[in-house]
Amino acid sequence: MNSSEKAPLTPVLTKRWLSPQSWRLHTYEKLEGYTAVRKALSASPEQVVQMVKDAGLRGRGGAGFPSGVKWGFMPSDEAKPHYLVINADEGEPGTCKDIPLMMADPHALIEGCIIAAYAMRSHHCFIYIRGEALHPMRRLYAAVREAKQAGYLGHDILGSGFDLEMTVHAGAGAYICGEETALLDSLEGRRGQPRLKPPFPAASGLYAAPTTVNNVETIATVPSIINGGSEWFRAMGSEKSPGPKIYSVSGHVERPGQYEAPLGTTLRELLEMCGGMKDGVPLKFWTPGGSSTPLFTAEHLDVPLDFEGAAEAGSMLGTTAVQVFNETVSVPWAVMKWTQFYEHESCGKCTPCREGTFWLAQVLERMVDGRGSEEDIDTLLDVCDNIGGRSFCALGDAAVSPIQSGIKYFRDEFLALCESNRPEPAGAAESPESAQGSDSQAAQPVGAQA
Amino acid sequence: MTVAPEKSDVDVPEGYVKLTIDGEEVVAPKGELLIRTAERLGTVIPRFCDHPLLDPAGACRQCLVEVEMNGRPMPKPQASCTMTVADGMVVKTQVTSEVADKAQQGVMELLLINHPLDCPICDKGGECPLQNQAMAHGRSDSRFVDKKRTFPKPLPISSQVLLDRERCVLCQRCTRFSDQIAGDPFIDLLERGAHQQIGTSETADVLDAASTSAESDAASAGGGASAEPDAASAGGQPFQSYFSGNTIQICPVGALTSAQYRFRSRPFDLVSTPSVCEHCSSGCAERTDFRRGKVMRKLAGEDPDVNEEWICDKGRFAFRYAAAEQRIRRPLVRSADTGELEEASWTEALRAASAGLAKARDGKGVGVLPGGRVTIEDAYAYSKFARVALRTHDVDHRARAHSAEELDFLASRVARDGGPSGGGVTFADLETAPAALCVAFEPEEEAPAVFLRLRKGARAGNVKVVHIGQWASPAVDKTFGELLACLPGGEADAVDGIARHAPDLDEALRSDGAVVLVGERAAEVPGLPTALHRLAERTGARLAWIPRRAGERGAVEAGTLPTLLPGGRPVTDADARAEVERHWGLEAGTLPAEPGRDVTGMLNAIVTRDLDGLLVGGVDLDDLPDPALARKAFDAAGFVVSLELLPSTVTPYADVVLPIAPVDEKSGTFVNWEGRRRPFTVTLDGTGALPDCRVLDTLGVEMDADLFTQTPQAALGDLDRLGTPEGTAPKGTLVALSATKVPPGASAAPPAPGSGQALLATWRQLIDDGSLQIDEPALAGTARRVVARLSRVTADGLGDHVTVSTDRGSVTLPVEIVDMPDGVVWLPGNSPGSKLRATLGAGHGAVVDIAGGER
Repeated sequence: MNSSEKAPLTPVLTKRWLSPQSWRLHTYEKLEGYTAVRKALSASPEQVVQMVKDAGLRGRGGAGFPSGVKWGFMPSDEAKPHYLVINADEGEPGTCKDIPLMMADPHALIEGCIIAAYAMRSHHCFIYIRGEALHPMRRLYAAVREAKQAGYLGHDILGSGFDLEMTVHAGAGAYICGEETALLDSLEGRRGQPRLKPPFPAASGLYAAPTTVNNVETIATVPSIINGGSEWFRAMGSEKSPGPKIYSVSGHVERPGQYEAPLGTTLRELLEMCGGMKDGVPLKFWTPGGSSTPLFTAEHLDVPLDFEGAAEAGSMLGTTAVQVFNETVSVPWAVMKWTQFYEHESCGKCTPCREGTFWLAQVLERMVDGRGSEEDIDTLLDVCDNIGGRSFCALGDAAVSPIQSGIKYFRDEFLALCESNRPEPAGAAESPESAQGSDSQAAQPVGAQA
Repeated sequence: MTVAPEKSDVDVPEGYVKLTIDGEEVVAPKGELLIRTAERLGTVIPRFCDHPLLDPAGACRQCLVEVEMNGRPMPKPQASCTMTVADGMVVKTQVTSEVADKAQQGVMELLLINHPLDCPICDKGGECPLQNQAMAHGRSDSRFVDKKRTFPKPLPISSQVLLDRERCVLCQRCTRFSDQIAGDPFIDLLERGAHQQIGTSETADVLDAASTSAESDAASAGGGASAEPDAASAGGQPFQSYFSGNTIQICPVGALTSAQYRFRSRPFDLVSTPSVCEHCSSGCAERTDFRRGKVMRKLAGEDPDVNEEWICDKGRFAFRYAAAEQRIRRPLVRSADTGELEEASWTEALRAASAGLAKARDGKGVGVLPGGRVTIEDAYAYSKFARVALRTHDVDHRARAHSAEELDFLASRVARDGGPSGGGVTFADLETAPAALCVAFEPEEEAPAVFLRLRKGARAGNVKVVHIGQWASPAVDKTFGELLACLPGGEADAVDGIARHAPDLDEALRSDGAVVLVGERAAEVPGLPTALHRLAERTGARLAWIPRRAGERGAVEAGTLPTLLPGGRPVTDADARAEVERHWGLEAGTLPAEPGRDVTGMLNAIVTRDLDGLLVGGVDLDDLPDPALARKAFDAAGFVVSLELLPSTVTPYADVVLPIAPVDEKSGTFVNWEGRRRPFTVTLDGTGALPDCRVLDTLGVEMDADLFTQTPQAALGDLDRLGTPEGTAPKGTLVALSATKVPPGASAAPPAPGSGQALLATWRQLIDDGSLQIDEPALAGTARRVVARLSRVTADGLGDHVTVSTDRGSVTLPVEIVDMPDGVVWLPGNSPGSKLRATLGAGHGAVVDIAGGER
C-alpha cells in the first residue's frame, strides 16, 4: 500500500490507509469520518443528488457514467422499494483498488452508501463483494457491525428518520458478475448472466424494483464531495473528468501499488511515483485500465489518463489498472493469456463471445506454440471484428481489445511466430509440424493439445 | 397493418409508428419487434433464439441489423429480436447493409465452429433451421481448423427426451419454453462459456455434493411406476413435464431428440398431413408424418385459436396403439361350436350381427354404448342407429361416472351452448378472463392445452385462477392459482358457499369475462352440476364443460344420450321428435316419447332381463362406475356386438366384433370443449379400415334401416341438415334444470368416514394406463410418480405405504404428505398399481378403508 508521497494534492481516498487500524470505526471517526453523512442527512435528497452532479463525479467502475445523472434516473416515488447495490466484484485483470479500499477504509464505503441511499430514497443497500476477497469481506462485515452499533445504520440513523439496512453478499467467482445486470441476477440467486436492457436497473433492477448499481470507489468518493464541496472536487482532475482516482500500478515497475492522483495523470508521472521501470528495463506496452482496454505503448507515456484522454488515444480509462510490461514480455504470449482469461470467464449466453473466445484462444495458443500462419492473423482480426460490438454485453468487446491492439502495435511479433510455417519448400524440412495447417474441418490438427 | 406505399405522408393510426426498413416505409404497431416487422415486409432475418411465443432473449445474436435513431446510427448492430419499433427508426437488414450481412455471417460461422458435421445422421437434417440458415446466410467455407468441443452423448433428459450437447447452439428455446410456457423448469443452462450446456439436476456435477440428503427421497420415488432410473434428481427438482416434446420441436438444431423417433426416419421421406389430436377434448391441431403406411411421428400443428404451437406429450407420442400387433383387422364372430371368436368375412359378420341385434331388438331391446372417443360423425351414426335401427333411446356415450343430474346439466348448459361463434367460452377467453374457477377439473391432467392457456393468462397477470379441489396440485402452482380445498364430494357445498367464504372470488366471478371450468368429475358429485348452474346464473360467469375424452362434446350434440336427440333436442319434446322423424323419413310417432336408460340403467336392465342386447363402441368396462356390474351384465346379455380397434374388456363377451378405423385411417370431426369443430382428413389412405359410421350404416342396411352415414361427410351433412331446432330456447330453461332443483345445502353431505377410513379423492393422470397409450415405454417413463396423497394427520401411523381398500379389493402405494383436508386419501385413477374402478369399484367421494401398507 504505497500511498503516494508525491501526489499533487492531499490524498483524498487513501488518506487514512496508513493510519494504525485504519479500518476501525474509532480511527475513521477521528479522521473526519461520518461527518459528511450528518451534513447529507440534513439536506434534501435532491440537494445531495445535485451536489454530486455539480461535482461532476463519474463512475469509477470503468464506464465513467456521470453518477449524479445515474442517481437522478431513480423514480421519485417509492411505489416499490429502491435498492442501492455496490459493485465490489473487482475482477478486471490488473485492477486492485476496491479491494484495498475495503481493506483499509471500509467505513468510507459505508458512509458513502448511507449518503447515496439517502439521495436515492433507498432503504436497503447490498454490497456484492468478490467471493475470493475473503479478508476485505471480513473487514466489511466487521465495519457494518460497528456502524450499526454506532447508529450509522439501521433504524432512524442519527435521529434523521432515515432507515437503511446493509447486506454484504459474497459472489461465487465469476468475472461476468461485475456486469451490473449479471450481478443483480447473481444477487437474486440465479446464474450470473447479463439481462436484456431495457428495462434498465433504475426501472426494474434487483427483484424488479428500481436499483442503482455503483462501484466501490465511486461511492467512497461521495463523503469527500459532501465535505469538500463540488468546487473543491473540481479543482482536481480535468474539466470533464474531475476528482481524484486510485491508479493501481502493477508489473515491471520498482514499486507497484495503489497511487492516488487526480484524473489526467500520465503514465510518465505514475512511473516517477513508483520509482520507474524495474531494473531499468525499458517499457514495451501497458494497459491504461485493465486488460479490457486496448494496449498502449511507450508512445503513449504522456497521454492524460482521464476518460477523454484515454479515449482520444484509442483506448479507454477503464478501471485505471495500469499493467506495465517491459521488453522481456512477448506480446502474443500476453495476449494469449488474456484471451484464455476471457474464454474462461465468458458466461456463455451469447454466441459471439462464447464461441469466439473459444476459437481465438485456440488460434493464439497454436501461434504461441509456433504452429500459426500469417492467415491466422487475418482470421484473428476478422473474428475479433465479428465479436466486438456483436455480443450481448461488453465482455465480448473487452475480449477482443488486447488482440486487436496487440496486433495493431506489434504485428511483427505475431508474424515472427509464423515464420517457421511459411509455405516455402526450403523450410519444409525444418520442422515436422510445419506440414500441418490443413484447412479441412474434418482433419484434426496434428499434435494439437499434444 | 399494411405495408405503406412509398410516400412520406402515410397515415399512422393511433398506437402505431412509422419506420423505414431497407428503404421501405412501414407502419407497425407499437411494441412490435423489428424482426416481425421485417418479416411482414418479406425480409426474413435469420434467427435461432427468437420464438414468437417466448419472451425475447437476444442470446444467439444471429438477427443483427443496423439501426438509426433520430438520424444517428447506433454504434453497434442491434438484435432485431429484442428491439421494438420506434417512430422514425431507420433499419437496414442484411439486404441493404453490409455491416448487418457480415455480422450475420460472422455469427453463423461462430455457431458452426463447434457444431458437429453429422447432418447425414441427424434427425433434424432436412428440416433444420441451422442447416437452412447456414445455406442461406452462411459462408461456404469455415476457417476453423482447430479442435471442436465434444461431449458424451446422448444425455437422457427423461426416458423420452435425449440431449446431444454437441449439436446444441444454446439458443435457450427449450429452457425458456420449460420455464415460461410449461412452468416445468426441469432443464436449464449449466456451466459457463464454451462449457455452457443444457442439463438437468441429474446431469449437473456441481449439485452432486449436496445430493446425499435427497437420497431417501430418491428411494421412495423408485417405488413408483416411472421407468426412468432416477425419478428423483440428485440435487434439484426431478424431471417432470407433460410438455417436454415441444422442446424437441422448437429446437432449431438436432440437439433434442425423442427416444421414440430418433434415427427412425428422414424428413424428406415423410408425408405430412394436418390432423387433430384424439386424446382429450382440446382438439389440438397436429401434423401427422407417415412413411410407407406407417405413422412415424406427430408434431404440434399451429392454430392460434386452439393450441397455439404446443401440444402435450400424450398427444405427441401416444399413437402406436393404432399399429399395435393385436389390432383387430378382420371381423370376428363367435362360433356356435367352439364358443370362440373366429375370423369371418364382413358379409358373414354383418349378417350375424344384424340377425342377433334384430332378434334382441324384437325381444326386450338393445342398448347402445358408443363410448366417449367418437367423432361427431360416428356419434351421429350411433345416435341414429339406436333410434332408427334399434327403435330406442337407450343410448349413452358416457363410459364414466354419470348421473341423471348431469344429463340435465348437459342438456341445458352444454348441448345448446353456441360454441365459439355463439358466445361460448373459448381458449382465447382463458387468457383474458378476470377470474377462472376450476371445479372438479384438473386442467394439466385432463386438458393440457387448457392448462397452458390458463397459465399464459395468469403469467401475464390477466387471469386469477382459483381451483376447487383437495390439494394444491402442480397445476395450482403453475397457474399462480389459489386452492379452495374441500372434501371429495363436498364440491357442491363449496360452490354454494363461495359468496360466504370467498367474497372476493364471488366479486371476480361477477366481472365481465369471468369463466367457470367444469370437469367431467362433476357428474360424480351429487348436487354439483346444479350448484354450478346456480353459480353461473347468480354471478353471470360463463360455464365451460371440459370433459376428458375427445368425443364427449360432439356426442352430446349428436344426441347419444337417453334424453337428447341430435341438435340438443329433448326426447320429451313432441315437436322436436316430429322434426327428427320427418328428417329421418320415419313415420310420425315412431320415436318413443319417453327418455331411454343411461349406462347404469342399461346394465341393470340387462341383469334384470329387461334388455337383451348391447351394441358397444370404444368402451372399457373398467372405466364404468361399477365394473363388476358391467361384467355381470355383459355376461348376462343375450347378444353383444362390439365395434373395436383392439381386443378390450368387452371382447370376451362379444358375439360379433367388427373392426373399425383409428383416427389416422379415417376422416372426421372432433368437437372440442369449446364446441369448435376440428375436422381432419385421412392420413393413411386405403388401409381398408372403416369408420364406425360406415360400419353402422352397412349394419343398418342389413336391418332395413337407412342411416345415410356411409361416409363421415354424408353423416355430417345429414346432421347439419337436421341442424338445431327452430326457436332456440334460451340457455338454462330448455330442460328442467332449474336453479332450485337441488336447493343449496340439500345435496347429501359427504359421508363421514369412520375410524380407519377416509374419503377417496381421485382423478386420472395424463400419462397412465389409458388404452391409447399402449406400446409407448418412453412416454410411460415420463408419467408422474404413482403415490397416495394424504395429510400429515391422516397419514399418522401409516408408515411409508398406505393400503386403501374396499370390499372389492385393495391398492397399496407409497405415501406422499400434502396439505389437504384430514380424513381424505387421494389416489391416481388409472395408473400402474392404482386402477381404482377395477380394483376398488370406487370413485371420487367414496368411503374407503386405509391402513399402513407393506410393499
